[in-house]
Amino acid sequence: MRDVAVIGVGLSEWGELWKRSLREIFVDAASAAIADAGVDRIDSMYVGCMSGGLFVGQEHLASLLSDYLGVASIPACRVESACASGGVAFRQGYIEVASGMNDVVLVGGVEKMTDVGGDGATYALATAADQEYEVYHGVTFPGLYAMMANEHMSRFGTTREQLAHVAVKNHRHGAMNPKAQYPFEVTVEGVLKSVLVADPLRILDCSPITDGAAAAVLCPLDMAKKLSKKPIVRVVGSGHSTDSIALHDREDLTELAATKRAAEKAYKMAEVGPAEISFAEVHDCFTIAEICVIEALGLVERGKGGTAAESGLTALGGRIPVNTSGGLKSKGHPVGCTGIAQIVELTEQLRGESGKRQVKGAKRGLAQNMGGTGGSTTVHILEVE
Amino acid sequence: MFPSRYWREIPQRYRLEAAKCTGCGKVSFPPRSKCPKCGGVEFDEARLPEKGVVKTFTIIRVAPSQFVEQAPYAVGIVELEGGVKITAQIVDCPLEDIKIGQKVRIEFRRLQEDGCSGVICYGYKCVPAL
Repeated sequence: MRDVAVIGVGLSEWGELWKRSLREIFVDAASAAIADAGVDRIDSMYVGCMSGGLFVGQEHLASLLSDYLGVASIPACRVESACASGGVAFRQGYIEVASGMNDVVLVGGVEKMTDVGGDGATYALATAADQEYEVYHGVTFPGLYAMMANEHMSRFGTTREQLAHVAVKNHRHGAMNPKAQYPFEVTVEGVLKSVLVADPLRILDCSPITDGAAAAVLCPLDMAKKLSKKPIVRVVGSGHSTDSIALHDREDLTELAATKRAAEKAYKMAEVGPAEISFAEVHDCFTIAEICVIEALGLVERGKGGTAAESGLTALGGRIPVNTSGGLKSKGHPVGCTGIAQIVELTEQLRGESGKRQVKGAKRGLAQNMGGTGGSTTVHILEVE
Repeated sequence: MFPSRYWREIPQRYRLEAAKCTGCGKVSFPPRSKCPKCGGVEFDEARLPEKGVVKTFTIIRVAPSQFVEQAPYAVGIVELEGGVKITAQIVDCPLEDIKIGQKVRIEFRRLQEDGCSGVICYGYKCVPAL
């Protein structure tokens, strides 16, 4: 396998983009990544998108998007793994470059979620759960994560306030991110007074509905060294694992076994452990998710995730800053795009381009992207040369 | 909800039909073609036990359209005797009385309606057991 570098990254505008279409925001992000990379060609493309069909009534996305990007003849493929679509697309691109099949591969993610109303979005998102044995009984995505939260609280003593601290921390980070959908701070009291969605989760425990696209350009490390004038960011670890999509089919409801397995593979490949990670972007679709994920990644001990945000351990300036971009919570969560957006944050941090939210001395970053309640997960580790 | 999609799940939703692997004894619900534990492909018919314990639960306040009239309502993950876990609504008790570890049993109920002229969907719900 060849060593692979991320040589260009780009994001579209994020938020409720009534005037912009899926194809437009994708081309914005992809063009920004290509310009950042300074390449004059793309050999192949992978696009992560959870549900173009349900959100905008459009499938066959990879061909549509390669056409609108002006590279219509290249092999292009849409990747779907619910909210982990972006992470899986990144991994497919990585494998293609590492294998030697192609040199310059664009990996993108896009989701245009605001063309449907709240009920349409709830329906589309719920298709990431078991339609016949979960959704049929009236459970929603916030409801599934709420059940994980209740179990975590009952088993490990995690408190309602500790969940709120995750939102407070991520909004504090997001307030320093010009691309964030909700770049403002919230208070613990504000979270605890916000509307209940599924007990114990309130609206400020939940990530928003977002339109957005992200892209990255991958190439062999040797080529990157010749081409790029920026610090070289190398992919040193990649892990991917699946699990049952029905939460009730799991032995342990809060362990996130797929995240644990994907992380083990990525750490092994990178020849590092959790203690050698400088910062991480993780899938905080709900506050409880960040708590369970940092445990599964080994960044904190099992059952101790609740105190991490409260104590400042995972805040900027803490031992292991988590979600410096604001995370899904404050930056926004265009579902199939999120995994690539995490790579954008990692790359910018590693190059020292993150402005006010820069992690000092960031050497090695980890991105964890998760589909459903953890039925699919990718973990990637990036390092600056 | 297309009638065929609804109809296919009737043995599970109405009669709790499961499959017990003849090789390792693991009970799968719904039945599978391949045992997730040992890979076996031969099964005996089994019926889910009707008694269980609430492992975790939530109160759904913001509900999908076909459940809006029922909100707020409780949904839980219930571990039935023998170890199979299911997701089901917990009904017939005040929401504030529901606790993790609570004993429940399965009853057959109406679950949702697909508009005013679509399929009326039935299945299992859990109620408190003594």
